[in-house]
Amino acid sequence: MEHIRLPKVENVRLLDRVSPRRSRVGTLYLTATHSIFVENEGGERNETWVLHSLVCSVEKQAATASGCPLHIRCKNFQLLNFNIPRESECQDVHLSLQRLSQPERYEELYCFSYKPNIDEEERRQEWAFMDLRADYSRVGLPNSLWKLSSVNQQYKVSDTYPADLFVPESATPPVIVGSSKFRSRGRFPALSYYSKENHAAICRSSQPLSGFSARCLEDEQMLEAILRSNPRSDFMYVVDTRPKLNAIANRAAGKGYENEDNYSNIKFQFMGIENIHVMRNSHQKMLEVCELRSPSMSDFLEGLENSGWLKHIKAVLDAGIFIAKAIAEEGVSVLVHCSDGWDRTAQVCSVASVLLDPYYRTLRGLMVLIEKDWISFGHKFSHRCNHLVGDPKEVSPIIDQFLECLWQLMEQFPCAFEYNERFLITIHSHIYSCQFGNFIGNSQRERIEKGVCEKTHSLWSYLWTNRADYTNPLYRPDHSQTQGLLRPSTAPYCFKFWRGLYNRFDRGMHPRQSVEDYLRAIQEETQQLEEQLTSHKQKITQLEQEQGWNATTFDKSPTVWALGNDLALANTPQDYTGGFFASSPHSPKAPAGGLILLPLDSKQAADSSFSTSSDQESGIADLSCRSPLSEDSTRDPDSDEAAYSAA
Amino acid sequence: MEFAELIKTPRVDGVVLHRPFMPTVEGTLCLTGHHLILSSRQDNTEELWLLHSNIDSIEKRFVGSLGSIIVKCKDLRVIQLDIPGMEECLNIASSIEALSTLDSISLMYPFFYRPMFEVIEDGWNSFLPQDAFKDLESMVWTDEWRLSEVNKDFSVCPSYPPLVAVPKDIDDDSLKKVATFRHGGRFPVLSYYHKKNGMVMMRAGQPLTGTNGRRCKEDEKLINATLRPGKRGYIIDTRTINVAQQAKARGGGFESEGNYPQWRRIHKAIERSNVLQESLIKLVEACNDQSHSMDRWLSKLEASNWQTHVKEVLTTACLAAQCIDREGASVLVHGTEGTDSTLLVTSLAQIILDPACRTIKGFQNLVEREWLQAGHPFQQRCAQSAYSNSKPRLEAPVFLLFLDGVWQILRQFPCSFEFTESLLVLLFEHAYASQFGTFLGNSAAGRAKLSLPEKTVSLWSWVNRPQELERLTNPLYEANSLVIWPSVAPQSLLLWEGVFLRWNRSSKSLDEAYDEMVHIIEYNKELQNKVNTLRRQLAQLETEDPLLHTP
Repeated sequence: MEHIRLPKVENVRLLDRVSPRRSRVGTLYLTATHSIFVENEGGERNETWVLHSLVCSVEKQAATASGCPLHIRCKNFQLLNFNIPRESECQDVHLSLQRLSQPERYEELYCFSYKPNIDEEERRQEWAFMDLRADYSRVGLPNSLWKLSSVNQQYKVSDTYPADLFVPESATPPVIVGSSKFRSRGRFPALSYYSKENHAAICRSSQPLSGFSARCLEDEQMLEAILRSNPRSDFMYVVDTRPKLNAIANRAAGKGYENEDNYSNIKFQFMGIENIHVMRNSHQKMLEVCELRSPSMSDFLEGLENSGWLKHIKAVLDAGIFIAKAIAEEGVSVLVHCSDGWDRTAQVCSVASVLLDPYYRTLRGLMVLIEKDWISFGHKFSHRCNHLVGDPKEVSPIIDQFLECLWQLMEQFPCAFEYNERFLITIHSHIYSCQFGNFIGNSQRERIEKGVCEKTHSLWSYLWTNRADYTNPLYRPDHSQTQGLLRPSTAPYCFKFWRGLYNRFDRGMHPRQSVEDYLRAIQEETQQLEEQLTSHKQKITQLEQEQGWNATTFDKSPTVWALGNDLALANTPQDYTGGFFASSPHSPKAPAGGLILLPLDSKQAADSSFSTSSDQESGIADLSCRSPLSEDSTRDPDSDEAAYSAA
Repeated sequence: MEFAELIKTPRVDGVVLHRPFMPTVEGTLCLTGHHLILSSRQDNTEELWLLHSNIDSIEKRFVGSLGSIIVKCKDLRVIQLDIPGMEECLNIASSIEALSTLDSISLMYPFFYRPMFEVIEDGWNSFLPQDAFKDLESMVWTDEWRLSEVNKDFSVCPSYPPLVAVPKDIDDDSLKKVATFRHGGRFPVLSYYHKKNGMVMMRAGQPLTGTNGRRCKEDEKLINATLRPGKRGYIIDTRTINVAQQAKARGGGFESEGNYPQWRRIHKAIERSNVLQESLIKLVEACNDQSHSMDRWLSKLEASNWQTHVKEVLTTACLAAQCIDREGASVLVHGTEGTDSTLLVTSLAQIILDPACRTIKGFQNLVEREWLQAGHPFQQRCAQSAYSNSKPRLEAPVFLLFLDGVWQILRQFPCSFEFTESLLVLLFEHAYASQFGTFLGNSAAGRAKLSLPEKTVSLWSWVNRPQELERLTNPLYEANSLVIWPSVAPQSLLLWEGVFLRWNRSSKSLDEAYDEMVHIIEYNKELQNKVNTLRRQLAQLETEDPLLHTP
C-alpha cells in the first residue's frame, strides 16, 4: 500500500482507442493489486479492472487543455488511454502504477496476496492435481530402457533442471555428471518425450562446451546411451535449433555444437530458429501493427511482414514437425538443444509432443506438457515474462510462440484439440498475471525456495474446475483427427495472424456470432434432452405398469439454456466514415468488469449472458433466440474505422 | 457439326492425370465439343469432366516423346495431363485451345445441355422483373414509386431490364431525357427500399456534365423526388474526386453542389475493372507460389492489393448502408458506367441492411436483380480468369469481389445467413463456366436476343431442388432481422481460402469439422423429436382416466 500515492482520482476519462471522441468519464481507483475504473454514467455500474502485474508500461504525456493523458499497455495486449484532469494527479498515478507494476521482490507478486475463498486443505489439493510422474508412467516409464535418475535431487548437477529426470538405463551417475560438466549450465541430455509404440525418444539438453575442438568422453557416452535406448535404430539426430551462424559464433566462447566425427552414429541438423532478442523485437513490431489506428490493408500486411513474426512461428513449427516425423515415421531418437536449452528447446520439444501424442491435445495433457517441458525444465518465466523489475533484455515472448503454434494447428485441425482458443488465451494471461504460483520464478529450485506450493494457488486446478469453458465442442476422442501424428501443412498461407490474442480487446474486430458458443449451447441442450429422454422413458414404463398411478410430479419442465438474444452489437455500425456524420451513432456502454483475469468475475459475466428459458408446452427449446454472440455481446463495437477520403 | 473440325485427335489412351492432393489417374482422354473427359474405366475411380469453357489457358511441355499439358482453369484449379506421343499431345493442345476460346455464344454448352434432373421450378420464371418489388406493393411504396415500361424495347437504356422502378411523379418522357444525361442511358432507378424508415438506395451511370457543366433539370427533379421534405440525401461516387474530375474531359462527370444542393457527395476509391483483373492475377500467382517463404508470401499478398479492394468495397457498402439506416437519408450510388463498382456497393449494402438477402432465395433474387438484370456484363467480365495470357480487355473479377465481400460478412455473422460458403463458390464457378444459361450475355437485352429461357436451362432450376438446397443450407442459420454491421479492419478481413487456396491445400480436416458440426446439430434435433414424441405419449397415458380401466 505504501506505493499508492493517490488512491482515487475523479473525473477521469477513459478514451476509446479508435474514436477518441467516444470516451467515458468515471473515477479511477488504485488498490494494492488493481487499477479500477468506475464509470459514472449509465444505469449499471461499469467497471474496468486492470491487474497491476499485467501492466507492461505506463506512459504519461504532456498535459493538454483537456487534461493529462496516461497510456497503459498491458501484457495481455489491452491498451487503456486515460485522461486525468490535473497533471499532478496524473503524475501521482503514473509513479504509483510504475512502481506497482514492477515489483522488486517475489513476495510482492499477486499470487502471494491472492486469497480466494478456498480453505487450506483444498489449496493443497490444487497442487496435487499435477503429477508429472504419472505422465511418465502413462507411457510406461520407467522401463528397461529408461530410468528415473536421482542424480539431480538436490539440484547439484544442474540448478535449473528438475529433481526428477529420466535418463537411459545405461547412463551411470559418473557419465551423467561428466556430461553435465560439458554442457552449458550443467543441462545434460535428459528425456523429454518417449514413444511407447516404437521406443524412439526426444531428449533435450543445452549446447556442448565444445569450443573449437574440445571433447568429452562422458558426453559422447551419454549420447551413445540414448542411441542404445532405442534398440531398433542405428543412428540418432542431434538437432541444434539455432541458425548455424549463431552456433558457430558460440564456439568462440567455448560453447558450440556437436562434431559429428566425435559422436558415433549421429546426424546433426540446424533448425534456424532465431534467439530471444530477435523474437522480442519481432513481437514488438507486430504489436505496433496491431495498435495502429485504422490502418489500411497495406499498412497491416506490410507491417506484419516486416515484423517477421509469422516467419518465426513457422520456423518453430517446422522444427517441431522435423522432430515429430523423425520419431513417428523413422523411429529415430532425437537430441534437441539450443544454447541453454530452455527457450527454443522447450518450444520445439513441446510442439513435437503435441504433434506426436493426442494426449497433449487434451485439456489435461496440455497442462501436463507445459508443466513438464516448460515449468519443470526451467523455462525462465519470471525473466521472460518480466514478472519482477529486471533486465529488459531477458524478456521475450517464447512461450507465447508455443501457444501460437498450438493455435495455428487448431486452425488447421479444428477437431483435433479438446481445448479451445479461450484455453490458450487464458493460460497466456495467467503466465503473465502472477495470480497463480505456477509460473513464478525461473526454475523448480526457485519455486521451492519461494514456497510457491505452500503459499499460492495453482492455475491447473482452476482451469480444470472450469474446463467446460475451455472445451472445444468439435472434439471427440474417437475422431480421426484425434488419432496419431498430426501432419500440418507449413505452406506460408497456412499461417494466420492471431487476432483473437493480439487484438483481443478490440471487440469490434471479432466475428459477431461465435459458432463455437452456438455449438456449446446446443450440446448443453442435447445433454439435457438426453436426460429427459431417459426420465420420460422410465415414467412411461412406470405409467404403463401402474395403470392407476395418477400423480403429476413428472411434469418437470425442461431447462433449456439459450444464449441471450441481445444483438445490440450486431446492430451498431462501426465508424466507416471517419467522423463524417455529425450524428454518428453513439456507442452502447461497456459492461462491468471482468476485463481480465478475475476468475470469479469472468464466471459471473458468463453466467449473466445466459438466460433460462423453457417452453413447458411443447418441450421444444426456444431456438429463436439462440443466436450466440461472442462473450461480450454488449461491449462497445466501434473499434475500427475505415478512413473515408471525401473532400 | 462444327466441332469435329476442331478435334483432330478425339481420343488418346494411357493419359495420366495429376491433381494436387489426389492420386494420379491413368486412363483414356476424350475430347468432345464441350468437354475434356478422362476416364480410367474402372469402378470407383472418379472421372474428370472438364468444360472447355472452364479452361483459362494451357501450357505444353515436352520431355522426349512424352508431352504434358498443364490446364489452368477459370475456377483456379491447375491440372496436368501427361500424354504419350508428341503428335497426339500437340493435337489435343490445339483442340483445347480452339474449343475453349469459341467466339460464338450460340456454340456454348448451355445451348446443348439437356438437364438430367427434374426441373421442379423453372428458374427462368423464379425472379421476374415485375416481381422484384412485389413485397413492397402493399406498403406506402405505391404512393411514391412505380414500375416504368419506358425501356421495354431496350431503346432508352440498352443495359437496363424492360421494367424499372422510378419515382411515381416522374413520367416516362422525363426518364428519356434523363437517360440522355446519364452514362449508357442509365438514369437513376430504385435499387433498394428500406422498409424500416422508407429510405431508398438508387443507382445510375455518371451524369454527363462534361467540362462545361451541363445540367439536366429532369435529372435533378428525378432524384430530388426521392427526398422527404427538408431532408438531404447522399450521393456515393465510387471514384476518387480526381478520377471523377478527369471523367469530365471525356464527357462524364459528377453532380455539382450548385445543381444538387440537397445532396451531399462522398467519393470513395473503388478501382476500375482492369485494376481488379490485374490484382486477381497477382493474388492467384501468390497463392500458387511454391517457394514456402513467409516473407515472399506476405509481400506478394500485399502487392496483389486484392484484400485492399475487398476492404474498400465493404467500407463503401457499409457507408451506403449507414447513410440509409442510421442517417435516415436516401442514397444514390454511381461510378462511371454504373455496371460494376456501383453494383458492388448496392448489392453488398443490401446484404447488410436486408435480412431477406441473406436467405437462399433472397440471395438468388439479389444476384438476379442487382447483377443480371442490372446489366453487369458477365460475358465480358468473365471471359477470362486469373490464368489468362492475353492482355485483359474487358475481363474483371467484379462479381468475384462481390462474392468475396459476402463471404467476409458471412464469416463475421456465421449464423445470420441461410446459405453456406458453398453457394458463393458455386456462383463463382458458374459465372465463369457453366452448363446453365443464367450468366450468358451482358444484359437483359442480350439475353432476350439469345432466347435463353427457351434454349437453355437456368442455374436457379438446378439450385432450387431439395437435394441442392439441402447441400447449400447453413445448419447454423437463425433468421436475424437486424442490420448487420461487419468489421472492415484489416485484422477482420481474411483471404477467402475456399476460392483462392481451394486447390492448394487439402480441405479434409476442415470438411471433417463441418461434418462434425452438422452432426452435433442433427443429433440435437433428433433428440428433440424423440423427447417430444415421448412427451405426447406421456400426456396421453396420463389423461386416460384410470377409473375406466378399473372394472
